[in-house]
Amino acid sequence: MDDLDALKSDWLGRIGAASDEAMLEELRVAALGKKGDISLRMRELGRMTPEERQVAGPALNALKDEVNSAIAAKKAALADAALDERLRAEWLDVTLPARHRRVGTIHPVSQVTEEVTAIFADMGFTVAEGPQIETDWYNFDALNIPGHHPARAEMDTFYMHRAEGDDRPPHVLRTHTSPVQIRHMEAHGAPCRVIAPGRVYRADYDQTHTPMFHQVEGLAIDRDISMANLKWTLEEFFSAYFGTKVKTRFRASHFPFTEPSAEVDIQCSWEGGTVKVGEGDDWLEVLGSGMVHPKVLEAAGVDPSQWQGFAFGMGIDRIGMLKYGIPDLRAFFDSDLRWLRHYGFSALEVPTVHAGM
Amino acid sequence: MKFTLSWLKDHLETDASVEEIVETLTDLGLEVEEVEDRGARLRDFTIGRVLSAEQHPDADRLRVCQVETDEGVKQIICGAPNTREGITVVVAKPGVYVPGIDTTIGVGKIRGIESFGMMASEREMELSDEHSGIIELPSGEVGQSFTDWLAENDPSKVDPVIEIAITPNRQDALGVRGIARDLAARGLGTLKPHAPEPVKGSFPCPVKVEIAKDTLDVAPHFAGRLIRGVTNGPSPDWLQDRLRAIGLRPISALVDITNFLTYDMNRPLHVFDADKVHGTVRVHRAKGGETLEALDEKTYTFAPGHTLISDETGVESIAGIMGGEASGVTEETVNVFLESAYWDPIHTAYTGRDLKINSDARYRFERGVDPEYTLPGLEAATAMVLELCGGEPSEIVEAGAPLKTARSYPLDTKRVISLVGMEIPREEQVRILTALGFSATGTGDVLEVWVPSWRRDVQGEPDLVEEVARMASLTKLEPKPMRRPRPGVPAPVLTAGQLRERAARRTTAALGYNECVTYSFIDAAAAALFGGGGEATRLENPISSEMSHMRPALLPGLLQAAARNQARGMMDLALFEVGHAFHGGEPTEQHLQAVGLLVGQSGPRDPHGARRPVDVFDVKADAEAILAAMGAPAKTQILRGAPDWWHPGRHGMICLGPKKVLGVFGELHPRVLAAMDVKGPAMAFTLFPAEIPTPKDKSASRGAVTLPEFQSVDRDFAFVVDAGVEAGALVNAAQGADKSLIADVRVFDEFIGGSLGEGKKSIALTVHMQPTDRTLTEDEIDAVAAKIVEKVNKATGGVLRG
Repeated sequence: MDDLDALKSDWLGRIGAASDEAMLEELRVAALGKKGDISLRMRELGRMTPEERQVAGPALNALKDEVNSAIAAKKAALADAALDERLRAEWLDVTLPARHRRVGTIHPVSQVTEEVTAIFADMGFTVAEGPQIETDWYNFDALNIPGHHPARAEMDTFYMHRAEGDDRPPHVLRTHTSPVQIRHMEAHGAPCRVIAPGRVYRADYDQTHTPMFHQVEGLAIDRDISMANLKWTLEEFFSAYFGTKVKTRFRASHFPFTEPSAEVDIQCSWEGGTVKVGEGDDWLEVLGSGMVHPKVLEAAGVDPSQWQGFAFGMGIDRIGMLKYGIPDLRAFFDSDLRWLRHYGFSALEVPTVHAGM
Repeated sequence: MKFTLSWLKDHLETDASVEEIVETLTDLGLEVEEVEDRGARLRDFTIGRVLSAEQHPDADRLRVCQVETDEGVKQIICGAPNTREGITVVVAKPGVYVPGIDTTIGVGKIRGIESFGMMASEREMELSDEHSGIIELPSGEVGQSFTDWLAENDPSKVDPVIEIAITPNRQDALGVRGIARDLAARGLGTLKPHAPEPVKGSFPCPVKVEIAKDTLDVAPHFAGRLIRGVTNGPSPDWLQDRLRAIGLRPISALVDITNFLTYDMNRPLHVFDADKVHGTVRVHRAKGGETLEALDEKTYTFAPGHTLISDETGVESIAGIMGGEASGVTEETVNVFLESAYWDPIHTAYTGRDLKINSDARYRFERGVDPEYTLPGLEAATAMVLELCGGEPSEIVEAGAPLKTARSYPLDTKRVISLVGMEIPREEQVRILTALGFSATGTGDVLEVWVPSWRRDVQGEPDLVEEVARMASLTKLEPKPMRRPRPGVPAPVLTAGQLRERAARRTTAALGYNECVTYSFIDAAAAALFGGGGEATRLENPISSEMSHMRPALLPGLLQAAARNQARGMMDLALFEVGHAFHGGEPTEQHLQAVGLLVGQSGPRDPHGARRPVDVFDVKADAEAILAAMGAPAKTQILRGAPDWWHPGRHGMICLGPKKVLGVFGELHPRVLAAMDVKGPAMAFTLFPAEIPTPKDKSASRGAVTLPEFQSVDRDFAFVVDAGVEAGALVNAAQGADKSLIADVRVFDEFIGGSLGEGKKSIALTVHMQPTDRTLTEDEIDAVAAKIVEKVNKATGGVLRG
C-alpha cells in the first residue's frame, strides 16, 4: 500500500501546483481519465484475488475521491482568484458625480392651498371655485357693498374694459374670494360648509402688496352656527396648520358682508426679529371674519330667518410666509429658479392630516 | 383718526391707564394703529439755571454763560437775546439729539471760546414755532428731566397721541366724543355732559341763505350766522398744541376752531369772510361748467348735479367738501360768516370722487355727520369764536330743517346669544345699548331699539347685534366645538376636476419641473403673440403697461419667467404652471391650463456624456405622462395644425378626434421666442384638463387581469418610405394587420437619406405578438408578417428594406 500513499502525495502535489484551469483539466485526465493513472490502477482490481481486492478496492476509491475533491477545490480557488483579479481591474472612481436627475418642485402657494384643504376637508368642508373675472353684482352688491359704499373705493378694484354701447357695469377682477360664497349658496343652498381658495386682485404694488395674491374663503351655514363655533374652527385650523396649539384673539371690526365682524389675530412671539406662531404674548392679524349678514344670505337665496353661519377670508400667501419663513411676497410671483428650489416642495410631499404637514 | 389722551379726557372722566385705553379701543373695533409717546424725544433734555451771562469778547450778539446742570456748572455760549443771569432754562448737553434742528450737540468752540451744550427754544424742541428766545421756565429743579416738568406743568405738550383705524361704519368715532362714548359704555369711565349753550344774537343776520328746491334732497339743512368785529390772529397755545399733536398745521384762530370741532365732535364747519360774500348765499346743484379756485389753490370745474354754495358773484364753496379761496378768512378778516350744514353722504361721496378731492370734511360728510348736531355745533363754534376772537354774533339764519332720522328696529335678545355664541343677559344688552345712546323699550325677549341720530350706519337688527357683541367683548369669546356635518370618517371632498388639477401639478413636479405662479395679467404685446390682447380682456385701470391684459395662455408668463432666469445666468430651465387662462372678458370665459416649458440642456455637463439639448420628444413624453395621470385615455391621435406660436413642423396636438384637443406639445416658434427675449430653442406643452372625458365607470374595481401562458413572439421589420410619411401611419397599419394577435407595435429606429437616396427614410418596427389560446407555428407567424408588410405598403407605400 505504500505506493498508493506515494501516488496520492504525487497527485495532490501536482494539483496544488496547477496554475490555471487548463492545466487542472490536463491533470484530471492524466489521473482519472480513461487511461489515467488511477483509472488504470482501478482496472487492475479485476485481476486481484478477492482478499487482495477487499483491501485495495476501498483504498483506491478513497484515493480517487480525494483527488477528485482536490481538483474541485483547486478549480474553485482558481475561479475566485480570477474573479478577484477582474474586480481589481474594474475599479471605478465613485467620487465622480452621479448621472443628473432633474428635481421638480411644488410652489408654496399650491402646497399651502393643499394643506388648508386637507385640514378643512377633515372638518367636513368641500372646495368651491368661482371665476376670477367677476360681475360687479357678485363681487360687491350681493355682499352688501352698494355702489356708494366707502369700502368699494378702499378696495383698489381692477375694472375690465367695457365696449362702447355695453351699458352693464364693468366686470371686475374679484377683489376677494367672497363672491364664491354667493355662487355656492345659489347653486347648493343651505346647510353648507365650503372653502374657496384662489387668486384675487387689488391695484396695489409695494413692499408688502402685489396686484395679485391668494385668499381662501370659508363659509359654514346651518341652523345654529355661532361666532363661538367660528373661533373653535379657526383655532383647530391654525393648530393643525402650524403643528402647535395656537390661540386666537377676536377683535370687533366691520365688514359689509358680516355682522358681527371680527378681525382675528393669532398668538405669536417676535424674539430675535423672527415671528414664532403659537407662543409669546404678541398678536398677529391674519384674517377677517364674522357672521354672514342676512342681506348676503338673502342675495344668495338663503332664508336668513332659518339659517345662520360664519364666513372668513384669509391670505394664503400670508400664512405661507408665516409658516415657512418666506420674507418677501413679491418674490412669490417672480419665478426665480433659486427661489423656487429653496422654498418649493417635493412632488411627493402631499399634505395629509394623518402624516402631518 | 388721531387724538391725544388729554383731549379724550375732555369728554371722558377716567382713571384708566393709556395701556388699558389702548387695549379696550382695539377690542371695541377702534383698532389702535399707533401710540406716539411725544415725551420720548425730549427725554434727555434737563433743566438748568443760568448763573452768569458775560458778553462774548469777539461777538456782539453772543454771551458766555455759566449754567448750573445736573453734571455741575457748564460753560455754554448762547445767542438768544433773553439770555441772562438767574433764568431757568432747558439744556441739551453734548450727545443730546435736538429734533428741531436735526442735530446732535457736541463740544465746540464758538469764536474761540469753548461751549459745552445748548440752551433750547421751543422750536428747537418742536413744541411750537416760538424761536424769539430760549425757554424761560417759571419753575423747575436743576437736573430735572424736562419731559417730567412738562408732564407736571403743561401735559398737553407731551401726552400720548393715539391713532386709531376707523371702519366705514363708525362715523361717530371720527369725533373724540364718539370714542369717549364707546369707552364709557365699556365701563372705562364716565362720559362728561356736553350741551352747547345757545348764544343769543344781538342783530339779524345780514347774510340771507336759501336752498334750491331741487337740492333739498341732498342738502336738507343749512344754518349760519355772522359774527362782526372779530380779531383773527393765531389761536391760543392749547389749541395749537392739540392740532399740532394730531398732525394739523395751526393756521388762524377762525380756521383752527373749525378744525377743532371737526375732530372733537365730528362736526365740520366752514368760515367765510363775510365782506367777500355778496348777497344771498344759495345752495344749489351745478348746471355744469361753473368753476372755483378752492382752498387747495386748484381750480375745479363742476359737472351738472354737484352741490355748490354760491352768492351773487358766483360759486363760493363746494358743499361739504372744500371752501373757495376768494371767500376764505385771513388775518385781516373782521366779519365772519359761520356755516354749519348737513350734506347727504352718498351725494358728497360721488361729488368728491368726481372732483378727486380728499378733505377732512368730505371724509366725514360721506360717512355721515350727526344731522341733529348742526345747530348745537354752530352754537359751540360761536362760543369759541367769541372767546378767542371777540366780536358780536348775529341771530342764526337757517334754511331747510334737520333731517329726520328717528327709527327703531326689533332686537331679539335670544338671537344675539345664538349668533354670538355667548351668554349676554337681556339686561346687559339693554345697558350696552343705552350707554351707546340707543333707547330700548319692551318687556319680553324682543326689544324695540331706537337709534341715536349720530349712528347713521345702524340700519337693522344685525347692526344692533354687532353693537352688543363688540361691547360684550369678542376677546372674551370662548371657542365652542362645531360638530362634523356627519359622524365618523370624513368623506372625500375633491371633485373630479380638482383631483385632475392636483394630479397634473404633482406629476409635472415629479417629472422634474419647477412650479411657478405668474401674474394673470401680461402686456398687450405678449398677449397678442398668443392669440389675446384684445379689448375684451383689457383692464380699464391696469397698474402698469406690463399688466394690461388678462393672459390668453400661460406660456407667455412662463417665457417671461424663463427670460428673467436666463438674464440671471440660469440657462437650463424646466418650469411649469397650472392655472387659468382667459379667452374672453366674461366670468365664464376662463379655462384651466397645465403648461410646461423646457429650455437649454437636459442637465449640466458631466463625465457620462448625458448632457444634450432638450427636444420635442422630452415634452411629448412629459405631456403623455401628465395626461395619463389625469386619467386621459391611452389611445390618442397626434395631429398637426396648432396655433402659430408653435414651430409649424415640430409640434403635435394630442387629440381624441379632430375637434377634441387634450393638449399640444412641441417646439415654440423662433419668432415668438425672439420677441420675448428668450434664448431658444424652447420646448413646451399646454394641456387642457377640462377636455379630458370623465370616465363613466366610477367603480374602483380594475377587472380581472389576463396573463397569457403561451409564448409571445417579437418580429422586427424595416420599411423604406418617403421622408414625409409619418411613423404613426406605419404603426397604425401594422397594428391593423391582426388586432387580436398584435399586442404592441413600437418604432425602434429611424434612418434618413444615406444609401436610401434623397427623400427616403427607413422606419424600423418591432411587432409584439401575443397569442392567447395556442403557441404560434412558424407558418402562422410568417402569415401575419406578410399581412403586416402588405398593410403597411398599402397605407404608406413602404416596402421592406432589402
